Amino acid sequence: MFGPTLVIGNDILDIGTSKFDNERDQRAIGGGAMIPRFAFGEPGQFDVPNVADPAHFCRNNFASACGNSDANQTVKFAKGTTTLAFKFDGGIIVSVDSRSTMGAYIASGTVKKVIEINPFLLGTMAGGAADCSFWERNLGMQCRLYELRNKKRITVAAASRLLANTMSSYRGYGLSMGTMITGWDETGPQLYYVDDDGTRLHGRYFSVGSGSTYAYGVLDTYYRKDLTVDEAIDLGKRAIYHACHRDAMSGSINNLYHVTKDGWVKIHAIDVNDMHYEYLEDKKNAMASS
Amino acid sequence: MSILEYNGAAIIGMAGKDCVGIASDNRLGIQYQTVAMDFKKIFKMNDRLFVGLAGLATDVQTLDQLLRFRMDLYELREEREMSPKVFTNLLSNMLYEKRFGPYFCEPIIAGLDGGGSPYLATMDLIGAQAHSRDFVVAGTCEGNLYGMCETLWRPDMDKEVLFETLAQALLASVDRDALSGWGGVVHIITREGVISRELKGRQD
Repeated sequence: MFGPTLVIGNDILDIGTSKFDNERDQRAIGGGAMIPRFAFGEPGQFDVPNVADPAHFCRNNFASACGNSDANQTVKFAKGTTTLAFKFDGGIIVSVDSRSTMGAYIASGTVKKVIEINPFLLGTMAGGAADCSFWERNLGMQCRLYELRNKKRITVAAASRLLANTMSSYRGYGLSMGTMITGWDETGPQLYYVDDDGTRLHGRYFSVGSGSTYAYGVLDTYYRKDLTVDEAIDLGKRAIYHACHRDAMSGSINNLYHVTKDGWVKIHAIDVNDMHYEYLEDKKNAMASS
Repeated sequence: MSILEYNGAAIIGMAGKDCVGIASDNRLGIQYQTVAMDFKKIFKMNDRLFVGLAGLATDVQTLDQLLRFRMDLYELREEREMSPKVFTNLLSNMLYEKRFGPYFCEPIIAGLDGGGSPYLATMDLIGAQAHSRDFVVAGTCEGNLYGMCETLWRPDMDKEVLFETLAQALLASVDRDALSGWGGVVHIITREGVISRELKGRQD
């Protein structure tokens, strides 16, 4: 990656800063070997189609996952998911399903859709699996560099902005990503929604994926700011269950995380089918007592 | 997406020793939205003849009504029950009548013939017949169903073993298909009568 003239010492912490770029340009002018540009999230790091307008080419041939806009494209992405996250007085709940589909075929039922960026940051995965896992891992690296440079943890606002900026710089290239970035920082619990067209939203609760409408139905009905931790866990679980029940592209296992001031904790991984009979029992009991 | 995959289905017909079975899933969906989990796809034509219809739900119901009508008329006129072979030709001709605007259904016919031995047939949506000695499948997870049936089918299964084989093949297949599942039903046709059982399947 680096030319022989670059000594990897303390300068490694400068990678991605203007200081590094300036020094590199200086060296290049001084007749040294050309050092490849190492800027975060800028097109050019990857091989792109050898045409005049690569973004336009990508858009026509493997456009983004939004809506049915990709019906005619040559490369079709596997997608179909339910993910949700919400803030409440006891912290944040992140709850997701684990199904991966390629068209109607269920490719896997054990996918990890919560990406553990670091002990205080979680990201969720909806859309293209490769895009989500690559760019959230890349975000993890950027967050670590920030920590080393500034001797303090990055805020969730800043972390989500880094990812949104990356998405903006690849706009039109056909990335497919709908994610929620959550964590606990000096300003308390935070939740952001970031997607492939560079949208970045701050909010109390979000749900992303093909089953999100079903999950929103449950969240909108039962969400309160003053939920207890146990109530919040049950809400996250229920919302995913209802989405998995009605949405053919969501299902299998519900993974649920709780974020507190001490970082995230994984609460459970429950088979959605077991939940169906558990809730059926609850419904029967409720009907019998009323 | 093909119109044959609009609602989702999985149906198997399978032969045993002096018995034949037919099984289907219970889902009715609109593309990826599950609408009902108790949708009927297997129809009893008479005590020794069942037909399963996979495909577009509206055509499944229309075809059932048309077939019911033709069966009743045949029984009144002839004062006897229709044999599976005659039924297959009837359905095949009904489908080909609509050659240029077909019913979007792939039928599976399972029954016992005059001698009481298993009869299995399937056809495409315009009536091209295919007969089989072991099993026939149709639906959105046809590939999965073929794989399971090829693995589990054995010659000369009795009615209980046939039930178990059908149930396992169906449940395993639909667990890898997004468009079918949500429980199922199995009918075993024997000379003595029909055994019908409901299957508890995954609800996601």
